[in-house]
Amino acid sequence: MNFTLKIWRQKDAKSKGAFETYQVKDISADTSFLEMLDILNNDLVHAGKEPVAFDHDCREGICGMCSLHINGLAHGPGQAATTCQIYMRKFKDGDTITIEPWRSAAFPVIKDLVVNRGAYDQILQAGGYVSVRTNSVPDANAIPIPKADADESMDAAACIGCGACAATCKNGSAMLFVAARVSSLAKLPQGRVEGARRAKAMVAKMDELGFGNCTNTGACQAECPKGISIAHIARLNREFLAAKIQD
Amino acid sequence: MAFKLDAKIPQGKLAEKWSNHKAAIKVVSPANKRKLDIIVIGTGLGGGAAAASLGELGYNVKVFCIQDSPRRAHSIAAQGGINAAKNYQNDNDSVYRLFYDTIKGGDYRAREANVYRLAEVSNLIIDQCVAQGVPFAREYGGLLANRSFGGAQVSRTFYARGQTGQQLLLGAYAALNKEIAAGSVKSYPRHEMLDVVVENGEARGIIARNLVTGEIERHGAHAVVIASGGYGNVFFLSTNAMGSNGSAAFQCYRKGAGFANPCFTQIHPTCIPVHGTQQSKLTLMSESLRNDGRIWVPKKLEDVKALRAGTLKPSDIKEEDRDYYLERRYPAFGNLVPRDVASRAAKERCDAGFGVNETGLAVFLDFKTAIERLGKDIIKQRYGNLFDMYEEITDVSPYEEPMQIFPAVHYTMGGIWVDYNLMTTIPGLYAIGEANFSDHGANRLGASALMQGLADGYFVLPYTIGDYLAAKIQAPKVDTNTPAFEEAEKAVKEKIAKLMSINGKQSVDDIHKKLGHIMWENVGMARTKESLEKAIVEIQALRKEFWKDVKVVGDPMSFNVELEKALRLADFLELGELMARDALNRAESCGGHFRSEHQTEEGEALRHDEEFSYAAVWEYKGMDEAPELTKEPLIYEETERKQRNYKD
Repeated sequence: MNFTLKIWRQKDAKSKGAFETYQVKDISADTSFLEMLDILNNDLVHAGKEPVAFDHDCREGICGMCSLHINGLAHGPGQAATTCQIYMRKFKDGDTITIEPWRSAAFPVIKDLVVNRGAYDQILQAGGYVSVRTNSVPDANAIPIPKADADESMDAAACIGCGACAATCKNGSAMLFVAARVSSLAKLPQGRVEGARRAKAMVAKMDELGFGNCTNTGACQAECPKGISIAHIARLNREFLAAKIQD
Repeated sequence: MAFKLDAKIPQGKLAEKWSNHKAAIKVVSPANKRKLDIIVIGTGLGGGAAAASLGELGYNVKVFCIQDSPRRAHSIAAQGGINAAKNYQNDNDSVYRLFYDTIKGGDYRAREANVYRLAEVSNLIIDQCVAQGVPFAREYGGLLANRSFGGAQVSRTFYARGQTGQQLLLGAYAALNKEIAAGSVKSYPRHEMLDVVVENGEARGIIARNLVTGEIERHGAHAVVIASGGYGNVFFLSTNAMGSNGSAAFQCYRKGAGFANPCFTQIHPTCIPVHGTQQSKLTLMSESLRNDGRIWVPKKLEDVKALRAGTLKPSDIKEEDRDYYLERRYPAFGNLVPRDVASRAAKERCDAGFGVNETGLAVFLDFKTAIERLGKDIIKQRYGNLFDMYEEITDVSPYEEPMQIFPAVHYTMGGIWVDYNLMTTIPGLYAIGEANFSDHGANRLGASALMQGLADGYFVLPYTIGDYLAAKIQAPKVDTNTPAFEEAEKAVKEKIAKLMSINGKQSVDDIHKKLGHIMWENVGMARTKESLEKAIVEIQALRKEFWKDVKVVGDPMSFNVELEKALRLADFLELGELMARDALNRAESCGGHFRSEHQTEEGEALRHDEEFSYAAVWEYKGMDEAPELTKEPLIYEETERKQRNYKD
């Protein structure tokens, strides 16, 4: 298969970027999207040109390192899949494909398609944990947890922190990301103890870092590679309100 | 000068060694911990857990990772589960049984005392993770669920769907975040350690490259902990993440740390087969699938031909025409034999011509019987995400047709030599998790990597490091303006300048693929004296080629992925040779190391305990010099060593 690629190139955070056009040829349908970029990059290196910088690591859809808006869609055309899990059979021979970095003010571009998602780390540092010390814990089976609660907690905990939700939101809101962590811990007795403090601290940090507000468009849920439901945002809102009322 | 190795294994009965040791080692008071600095390299289960626990204790910790966030370390990709000797299933599990299975699974090439300690602390790990809010799978009664993994006859594996590594790592990452917020840990994402600084024989800090700006930085500390994972990517194609590399460990080796059993590589039996030359990595299908999946190839070669021609579907082949070869050869363990055994058995069938895809390098993993027995819904609950992942990659639904699988490089049991305190041969330099060599012998059991990473990080290193640091409480902050730091920084800068100046004709990936090919063909699943000698010559030649003909484009003082890859490949090109040398020295078969000359009549690994019951510890002598071997004898006080038997 042959493709025309329009790729966002930007030297560094300070420089202005622009689209450049490239051709890739003889790509197998079983090649993954990132392998297709590897092939382009190898050609660029041979031509003495700088390869396109993009983030990636595990290539199994779990590390959350890969990103990209592909033809305007976060993580490309797949349903509930990350960019690294997209295969070229999803495209038609001869297609023109536009590739951009995450577009979010809170995720500044580092180079080409690579962005800085440190803001997500900062939100979790504000309260996305249970304050237990190593070794200062009861037996694992001391507190039974209803299976349904554990399952729902796991649904939320599947978040890979890739940034697609904020990047795709017209308000640039990180609510789905924040909600996934708050909700996952809220469903467990271990997380309940600090529930109120957590919800307030994480939301405050999110606001401080310049993420927008949620207007319930549901775009985040549609683009989330792990299919995380906006029902968790409802739970975050309940947690947050309850905490505020207590104040 | 050969190493004087002292493993510091405590005296006393096996079951009492760890308790005795903890009672005997020194501790550092809270007031003094505040004065001491520790550097941790890597933020996977080992590094993340260690950094968080050390920060909690009051040390000043700096933690480095090459990814954009500590949460992305490759531990995250572990699917199946984590072992612990809880005996929650009442199936007569115990610390001793987990210890014994691990020693036996490692084909009697691990240290008894270390493995026993690992089994001992395994239960604490599960308690810790539950308290952190890890949503492990539960039964309807609200208690924790378990499943079975290879090499065990009990159900001791705890899991969170097919994302156990992710959930455990998010637990460690959350603990780390708590400490970052408290100010006890400082995080350096997108930083790569390029050298360890050794002064007066002790580890004093590191040289790191800021991967965003390209700046070379000096960081001093009273102790350095390497938790940078394994070196499986020497094979180019493996299940490791693209960025996983052996460079941090290799720098330690170059600076004088012993490197033990480098040839012990785990080839995982259930990966999606290679599809073509454009492939960048291999995808694992969790071992947990072998709980319900049955592995087979056709009995008749004409069926194999028809499958390859596409005139026959796997599901068309009748039950009596299928060879469930693991169940046939190993009745007691069946499809749940350890990984090395399962991988070799797949190779044996494919070598005999029964490989089921067009390359002849694939076998089936079939869920038909399980779906008939349990129904599609239960199978979906258990393995849904893995089935989806398989279908996404191959365009085939495992609910309809069996998966195709083939072995692939997955894990390295070898690594930096450490004593019982997890300290390397360089005082003040520690290695934990996959980066060290200590617990898995010649073959790691499934669901034990997560166990070891967290055991080292949460429950071993935080105690043992105090024994060394107790002597440093009067020491001032490490001065990084010393000749040792200057020289190390200069050497790093010269190496980078050299790589940038070659401007040859081959890309880093071109050469890495060649290395991978040499490794897989000659230092892979079956090795011979001839293949290993050939590999050594070929790798040496390829290394020369690299230093003459590699092309690294871009600016070193910027975000430059090609330079990152070139630096890592330079080390892989030495590490590959070391692996081949170690494999050549070890003229026996054990675990994942299979020398074709040394097998039983039935084709099983044949150990030579008299000659090779030791850890092979290598000392660096220079890029083109042969390394020197020192042997750490493995003394078995508790276990009787036998030919591993998974038949009855």
